[in-house]
Formats: sequence, C-alpha cells, structure tokens
Amino acid sequence: MLEKTNEIAIKDLWEELRLFTAARIALGRTGVSLPLSESLKFKLAHAHAQDAVYSDMDVNAIETALDGLGITHVMVESGATDRTTYLQRPDFGRKLSANSTALLQNKRSIQKDICIVIADGLSAFAVNENAVKVTSLFMESLSSKGFTFTPVVLAKQARVAIADEIAHHLNARLSVILIGERPGLSAYDSLGAYMTYMPQPGYTDEKRNCISNIRDLGLPPDVAAEKLRDLVVRSLQLKLSGVNLKDDDRPLLL
Amino acid sequence: MSYKFTIGHYVYEFENLRVLLAKASPLRSGDVLAGLAAASAEERIAAQIALADVPLVNFLNEDFVPYESDEITRLIIDGQDQQSFAAIKHFTVGALRDWLLSDEASAAAIESISKGLTAEMVSAVSKLMRNQDLILAAKKLEVVTRFRNTIGLKGHLSVRLQPNHPLDDLRGIAAGVIDGLMYGAGDAVIGINPATDNPHKIAEIIHMLDRLRLQFDMPVQSCVLTHVTTSIQLIEQGVPVDLVFQSIAGTEKANSSFGINLSILEEAHEAALSLNRGTVGKQVMYFESGQGSALSANSHFGVDQQTCEVRSYAVARRFDPLLINSVVGFIGPEYLFDGKQITRAALEDHFCGKLMGLPMGMDICYTNHAAADQDDMDNLLTLLGVAGINFIIGVPGADDIMLNYQSTSFHDAMYIRKILNKRPAPEFDRWLQHQGLFDANGPKPHTSARQLQELTSTILGLC
Repeated sequence: MLEKTNEIAIKDLWEELRLFTAARIALGRTGVSLPLSESLKFKLAHAHAQDAVYSDMDVNAIETALDGLGITHVMVESGATDRTTYLQRPDFGRKLSANSTALLQNKRSIQKDICIVIADGLSAFAVNENAVKVTSLFMESLSSKGFTFTPVVLAKQARVAIADEIAHHLNARLSVILIGERPGLSAYDSLGAYMTYMPQPGYTDEKRNCISNIRDLGLPPDVAAEKLRDLVVRSLQLKLSGVNLKDDDRPLLL
Repeated sequence: MSYKFTIGHYVYEFENLRVLLAKASPLRSGDVLAGLAAASAEERIAAQIALADVPLVNFLNEDFVPYESDEITRLIIDGQDQQSFAAIKHFTVGALRDWLLSDEASAAAIESISKGLTAEMVSAVSKLMRNQDLILAAKKLEVVTRFRNTIGLKGHLSVRLQPNHPLDDLRGIAAGVIDGLMYGAGDAVIGINPATDNPHKIAEIIHMLDRLRLQFDMPVQSCVLTHVTTSIQLIEQGVPVDLVFQSIAGTEKANSSFGINLSILEEAHEAALSLNRGTVGKQVMYFESGQGSALSANSHFGVDQQTCEVRSYAVARRFDPLLINSVVGFIGPEYLFDGKQITRAALEDHFCGKLMGLPMGMDICYTNHAAADQDDMDNLLTLLGVAGINFIIGVPGADDIMLNYQSTSFHDAMYIRKILNKRPAPEFDRWLQHQGLFDANGPKPHTSARQLQELTSTILGLC
C-alpha cells in the first residue's frame, strides 16, 4: 500500500522502540507532516470507532439466537428516541420509555436471582459480536446450580443505569448489563459487563462492579463469562456490590 | 434583580445574572442537559443584548453561588481588586467588550484592570464576543511563566510531551519521551497521566524522568499528573517532584468531589516551593480544568458550564501556576457535542484564562463519540496558534493509548510552529540545537544514526 508515497517520506530511525509501546511512535515525516500512510491508518481507526458509535443492535439476529438457546426475552427502549439525542442526553438513556416501563411492570413475577440486560451502549457492534455468547455461557453455568433468571431484556439507546430500573421492575435480586463500551482507536468492539446487587432506579457507579474490554482480542467471551459468574455469585452470597465488593475477594465455592 | 429585553411584543425576562449569563451562552449541549440554555435562538440573542447593558458593578452585588457556602465565591469576591477596577467601574459588559478590542486597550492597559475583574465578569464579556474577538483580544496578552525555562513569550509555542502508557511501563514511557524530544516537544512539561495511583509506581516514574533530565542537562520540568495529596506525600518522602498537578473546578462542591479544597492546594503549593527545584523561576503548579466538570459532579448550582469554568480560573490564579490548560473535548458530547462547540469553548477558555492573567494552554482534543475529527482539531489548533496559546499537548500520533482519546501530535506541534513561525521556549530551543536535533529552521532532516543509537540506549538504560 502507498509505496510511492513511502519513498518520499523520511523514516524515523527509532522504529525499534515500538517494541516497548503500542503508542504511535516513529511515524516518520514528510517535511514536518505525517506521512500519508500513517494519516490514512489513523483515519481508518477513527472511521471504525465512529461507525461503532452509530451502529445498530442486530435485534433479529440476537432474538433468533436466544430463541435457539431456549432463552426467553423481551425488548425495551430508553427515553432517548434516536442516537443524536442519546449522545447528548445520558439522563434519557438511563431511564425506560413510558411504554417500556408499562411493559415490564406487566411482566413482574415472583423474585428471581438475576436479570440480564443486553444493551447497545456506545458500540452496538460489540454487542452484536459477543453479547449472546457471554449470556449463554453465563446462564448455562448458573442455571445448572439452581440460580433463577428473569427473561433477558434487550434495551435500545441505553446507558448502564437502565439495568437497575429494569431489574427492579422485573423483581430480580441482581442486575447484569452487557453493553457496548465507548470505542477507542485501538478497539471499537469492546463489551462491558456491569453488575448491581438489589438494584434500584437512581443508583450510581459506586454500587456497581465492572468487567471491561470483553472482545475476542481482549478478554475473550468465555473467560469473561467465568469472571462474571464468580463476581455474581460472590455478590449474591455476600449480599452487596460496588466499592465494598473488593476485587481481591477470593471466589467462593459454588 | 431581573433583566429584560423586548423583541416585537415579547418581553424576555431573566430573573437574575446567573440565568441571564446561561441564556446568553452560545449553544452547547451541556447547558441544554442542565436545563439552563436559551429555549430559542431569539431568546439567546435577547439575553446577549440585555447582558450588554448590565453594569459591571452589578456583578459585585449578585452571587452566582452563595458566598456563605462556597469558598470559591469568597475567593473571587474577597480577591477582587477595587483599585484595578476603578478605571472600568463605569463600564457595562458591552462597553468592556468594545474597550478590549479597541486600540486603546494595550496589553499593559488590559493587565492593569485584570485583577479588578471577577470570573463572572470575564465569562459574561466572552459571551458577547465572536470567535475572532476572542482571538484578537487574547493575542494582545502575553503571560510568561518560568521554572527551568521560559514559557509564553511572543513568538514561541511550547508543547507538553504526554507519553502515557496503559501499564505505566518505564520503557514504554521513555520510548514516547524519545519520540517527542526528536520532534521538539517537551518544553512546557514532560507530563505523564499515570494509569495507577500507587505512590511507589509514581515515584519510579518521577525518578526516571529526573535521571533523564540530569543526564542530558535538559532545561525542562517533569510532572506525573496524580492527585495533589499523593504529590504532597511524595514530596515529604523526598521524591524529586518538579511540578504539582491538580484538576480543578469552579465550585467548592465540585472540588470537593475531586477530593480537594483551597487549603489542600495551598499546602501542595508550599510543599512544591519548599523543594526549590526551579532554576529560572518558581512557578510550580500545573492545573487542568474543562467545561462541564461541575455539572458532571452535579455541583453547578444552576450556573452555566462556561461560567463554572472561568470560576476555576479564579482558583488557578490564586496559586500562580506555571501551566494551566482546559481539556476541552475530553468530557464528551453531552457537554460539547461537536467540533463547532469544542472550538467555541476552547477559544472562550483561552481568552478568559489569559484575561485572568493565566498562562493558558489547551488540550485540543475529542473523544470518539463526539461529532469531531482531526480536521476539527487542525482548525482549532490553527486558531489557537494565531490567538497566541502558550502551549499545546503532544501525544505520539495524536492517539493517547492510556486515556483513549485523541489530542494533538508532535507533528501537529511542528506544523503550527512552522506556519506561524514560532519557536520552542528559548532555553529548550538552544538545547535542541546543542544536541544536534534541531537547526535554526526546525528539526534536522537526518539525525545521525550513531548519535541516535547512543541517545536511545542511554535513555533506556535509565529506566
């Protein structure tokens, strides 16, 4: 690619230092400017990130996959009606729309242990890639131990906090949300998992625990599902989540 | 008291100065999110017209955040200098704008009134100024600061070398430092955002940077941007801290959410001064701020985000910093939605900081969920270069792999120096030439491979 332009640019003589960092060092220059090949590499990474922010959750594919696994599900929306509103009004993305609130209130049943929410967040791309995989591995490992689940909730234009409202309506002891993280230039497909014990609307980050960078080249989905299982079991046994649930707590026996 | 302006048959009424300033602010998503923005374009201009006629003295009688419960309000009001104010006390906000742009308002004339202005007056006047007004007025002002070199002189532009590494790996950081030095960056500060707040690790980074400076006799200062209380602790342990860093905001409650107050900053300032490490000056503080921080900490008290930002400059002014920059686009699209809003906010921050007498720099930056890209950063960089910005940020390839956002690069810094004919800080400029990295025209076309090999192996040996 771009061989002719690379002939004109001046190479930096310290390329070997890339061994020590993933930072964009020793890029070379033409005059004082960035060589075209580096300029285009950067723009491509940014293009991936931008596309991820505006990507849509592939609801059909996710629902079909959940059906295939015999997992019941329900679809809701936040108060943010479109992506532009979503980006400017995080407060709307944290709350259910009126219709969705009514829908979930009608689905309330006897108390269950865990409510899983799958939400687009800032990268629906990440959700489309790995959310079902994490969900199925996680549910499989806990259902067999007798833990109970509400239907899985798919949430559009959603922020992390929406899970607490959802789980509260569905009468679950614990909420887990799998949500697309803010894309960076190096990764635009990271999924995050957040968990709250005895969730209530209005809870903030101090009540949550988080596993981040879930993607094939980061924390792989199967490893993430195991970590999430350990975290959730500890939380349910100790009856707490957030800052008081320390990372260094030993996993408890199932 | 309330303020009014009539357009056609409609009387716009603004219940107090706080509301008037918020409604007069050029549109930005954070003020909408806070429910403070004008409801229409017409209301915004009605507010600006009403604001233009407000006498400056009104600002001395109306608190934006209550005096009794907010130490920053007390700092602003108690610190307002009546003598400096005397020359302009008959001005309205609009008259102040016209005066700042007039030929009469020389740098010296503006500096002589600066301490008479409160943060809210400064914010107010900026709301009546177009982008070119913000550039023209700021360009008049020269704010020069010193520690081991001289920053902010006309004709010079400095760069903070920001070689962050996600694991704080010393060799990873050093690789970024070498890259930056080769491109003439580092004269503002070699400043690292640590991934950890572990004091032991932070001390390691500081020691490494200090060895590097001594080995090459570099006229630069270093800083690890950790919490101010950690810096105080490190100073007590004898760690060679050059600059003390802290993020600051414009209300007592917001600062409290950062774990700081004025007396902690005072303690840090004195601790850093006690080490007496500066050679050409004693300015030892480095601050960062940014519009939206008070709102995000739910402690803005109905004050618009730009006014909160300028109030944080009153905090900075108290501690005579070497460096201060707004991290303008880092906070995200819910506060500054796109390139246009980021650009406007950055020009406001630079102008307001300079008018307050501060050595303003800027982290010209954005996140991936904002509607902005490198072209927006190029535009803003050029505008701020023209406006006389003291320093900008230099990150390898503009991509901060630790903080996950895009800033300006070493190449960007060379671009702005080249097109505006700006030089690095004089002491650093001489050092670059002495090392054979730069000549009078800028970076040398080819640094000798052997010399470079020596340089990199020496530096890696220091890690």
